Order: sequence, then C-alpha cells, then structure tokens
Amino acid sequence: MALAKRIIPCLDVTAGRVVKGVQFLNLRDAGDPVEIARRYDDQGADELTFLDITATSDNRDVILHIIESVAAQVFIPLTVGGGVRVPDDVRRLLNAGADKVAINTAAVFNPQVVKDAADRFGSQCIVVAIDAKQTAWGAQPKWEIFTHGGRKPTGIDAVAWAKKMQDLGAGEILLTSMDRDGAKSGFDLNLTRAVADALTIPVIASGGVGNLQHLADGVQKGGADAVLAASIFHFGEYTVGQAKAVMAERGIEVRL
Amino acid sequence: MIAVIDYGMGNLHSVAKALEHVADGVPVQVTSDPAVIAAAERVVFPGQGAARDCMREIDEHGLRAAITTAMQDKPFLGICMGLQVLFDHSAEGDTPCLGLLSGEVKRFARDLTNAAGERLKVPHMGWNRVRQTQTHPLWSGIFDDERFYFVHSYFVVPQDATIVTGVTDYPAAFVCAVAHANLFAVQFHPEKSAAAGLRLLKNFVTWQP
Repeated sequence: MALAKRIIPCLDVTAGRVVKGVQFLNLRDAGDPVEIARRYDDQGADELTFLDITATSDNRDVILHIIESVAAQVFIPLTVGGGVRVPDDVRRLLNAGADKVAINTAAVFNPQVVKDAADRFGSQCIVVAIDAKQTAWGAQPKWEIFTHGGRKPTGIDAVAWAKKMQDLGAGEILLTSMDRDGAKSGFDLNLTRAVADALTIPVIASGGVGNLQHLADGVQKGGADAVLAASIFHFGEYTVGQAKAVMAERGIEVRL
Repeated sequence: MIAVIDYGMGNLHSVAKALEHVADGVPVQVTSDPAVIAAAERVVFPGQGAARDCMREIDEHGLRAAITTAMQDKPFLGICMGLQVLFDHSAEGDTPCLGLLSGEVKRFARDLTNAAGERLKVPHMGWNRVRQTQTHPLWSGIFDDERFYFVHSYFVVPQDATIVTGVTDYPAAFVCAVAHANLFAVQFHPEKSAAAGLRLLKNFVTWQP
C-alpha cells in the first residue's frame, strides 16, 4: 500500500522516428513514435519520456506534432526533452501536450533557466536531465557532468549539481550514466545511490538496462524512484508488463 | 458544453483532450471567459503551480465570481490546484484562497519515511492508491484502492469530515478527494491516470447530481 515505483520507457526521436543507438552512435530505427507510445501505454507504462535527439534546430517543430498526436491518444504523463534552452521552449512543449519538460545542457550553461522555468510553470513540470561519467574510483568515487551527448566534460560534480538543481526548483532528476548508456550491463548503481540519497526530490535512473533484474536493482540497490529504459522494450525483448512482474516478484510496489 | 477554466496555470491541453476522449461528442471549451463558464453545463477547474500564483491569476482574469457560482450550481470538477484553492488558506506562500470549503492546505513534512525506514520524496509523484471512503457516482466502475497519478507537495485538510470521499497514504492518510452536492474535487490527475482516470472523467460528464 504505497506509492508505486515507476517504469518509464524512453523514446529517442529524430526526424519523426524513434531510434536507438549505443552511446548516441549507430542509430537503429525502432518505429513510429505514436504507435510505440500507444503500445507502451497498453502494456502498462507509468509514464513516457521523449528525447528529441535532433542535432540541429531545423526540425524542432517535428517533436511538437508528435507530442500533440500522442497526447490526444495516450493518457499517462509525458516528459519531453532535447534542445530545451529557454522558458519559451518549455512553454511550447507544455502547450503541445507535454506534462513535464526535461532541461539538460542548457541548465549547465545557464542554471538560471531552471529557476525561471520552475517559477513560471511550477516545479512539478521541470525535470533536470543529468548525464554523468565516473571520473574517480575507490573509496571516494566521483562522477562528472558531461554535455553534448557525453562528449564534453564540464568539471562539475554530479551529486553537487543535482542538489543545486533541486534548490533551483527542479521537481525531478533524470540521471543517466554515460558509462553505461547502451552497454546493457545495468545502471551505475553507486551513482544512482549517491544522487538519490542526496536529494529530497524523485530520481529516475537511466542508462545501461540490459535485463529486467537491472530495473529492480535500480530501485532496490540504487534507491531510484523510477527506472527508465529504451532498447529492451523497443525491439520486443521484453514488455513493460514483464518488467513489472519481475519487480513485483522482488517485492517492489508497482502499478499492475 | 463542458468548460475547462483557463487562468494561465498549467497544461490544459491534457485535461481538454482527455475530456474530449470520453465526452461522446459534447464540445469541450478551454476558456477564461466568465460568460462561457456561466453558459456551460459542466465545469472543470484544473490548475498547476504555486497557490499564490493561482490566486493572483484567478483574480487577474476576473474569475472568482464565475468559479464561485459554477461550484454552487452545476457539475463541477476540481483537479489538483483546482481542489486546493477551494479551501480557506494554503501554507504554500501563506496564501488566502477562495474559502468555498472550510479548511487548510498543508505541506508534506520534509523528513517523511515509510514503515521500512526509507525516505519518501516530496513532491509526492507517481501512482498511488485511492481508498474510497464514501460511495459516489464518480467512483462508479473504479475499484476501491485503484491507483491514480499524483504530483504535488501540498494536501488539503477539510474541516468538515463528511465531504471526504477518498484518501491516500503517504505515509499517513491524506485527503485526495472531496465531494459535496454538485462538487467533486481531486488531488490526483484523472487526465493522466490511464483507464481509471478516463473512467472518472466519463462518470463526470454523465453525472446528474
């Protein structure tokens, strides 16, 4: 009898299609976003996240049309991220039907955008996406924020950064391990635990899911409030329902 | 026509789309026009964001009277902030609210833990169970203890216990649904609660209080 841990399929979208690659390279076509969103909704997904990975700003409107179509047919929370730079970008996505908007690189270059967006639209709809890589091991591990799809280091400590984003008004943190992204070896559980324990807002674990036990580990060992995965669902390896069954077997509260 | 009150607070697209999905052709209009609200057969009062901003926007849009009247004379559904601001006062920004229902709006404590000693995050975000404390036409076809989607840091504490129609545990029970005559108001988001939420909205659009 408690709040359920959430399973969130993630759809990386470019040029109107869902794609998936390894560490942002070697993109593979996974299908039509509206069709995939409906399938996950039918399977019992708790939320959906769309990341617009279009590299240029030329085709930004494509994601708006996709969100409009999905929002007219799928009645669960929708988060959209990618290319969000100013509060007006947040407004356009919310108006198209997004419930939450994820801010990533823009927050690194201009943290004020998080505060401005949270003040204007409410913390409940502001997710800060953090891409982190481990830079120190041993007794005092450290993780650093990277931008540009994991290519550019910033020198910023991931745990301190997550706290700062919480203080600026973020309602939730989407935490991706760039070391694990696409590697299918499981979440970086130490990173997840370090951030989840440091914050009072919910943390979504992301990056590295290769099987359903990994999802349960993210919650039980990593302390995540929600777990995000893409490729294990896209290519029909597993359904969201199977993922929930495994989590429930391990004693995790899920929405069945 | 079903009016969705627009006072500049939050994403009304979702609410309107979900209502259209269940309204069987009845037009759904997102509006900040008091005349349209007065003419509507049913009114939905949603809202997200901070209490003080909500109250300011209600007054700047000149909607206080329209909301008060609608709440007293036609099927009226409050959602999220549209539940909270019906009460006397919110602890969020120490904000006087509409005072249409007696009671306070309080914040979850910052150091919540569950029985296992695990920390509970605030905002209370995600799918939680709703215990129906009274039968009501809007609960028709919805299982007791069904999960709905929540995202909030504050909750209502009504003075009159008889209006409470649903509660949720986090970790203590808080009031997540109230009903009185033609009014029904919920803390969770039916428009984002998949089949159970759509059923509640369907019940609302056919409700004859």
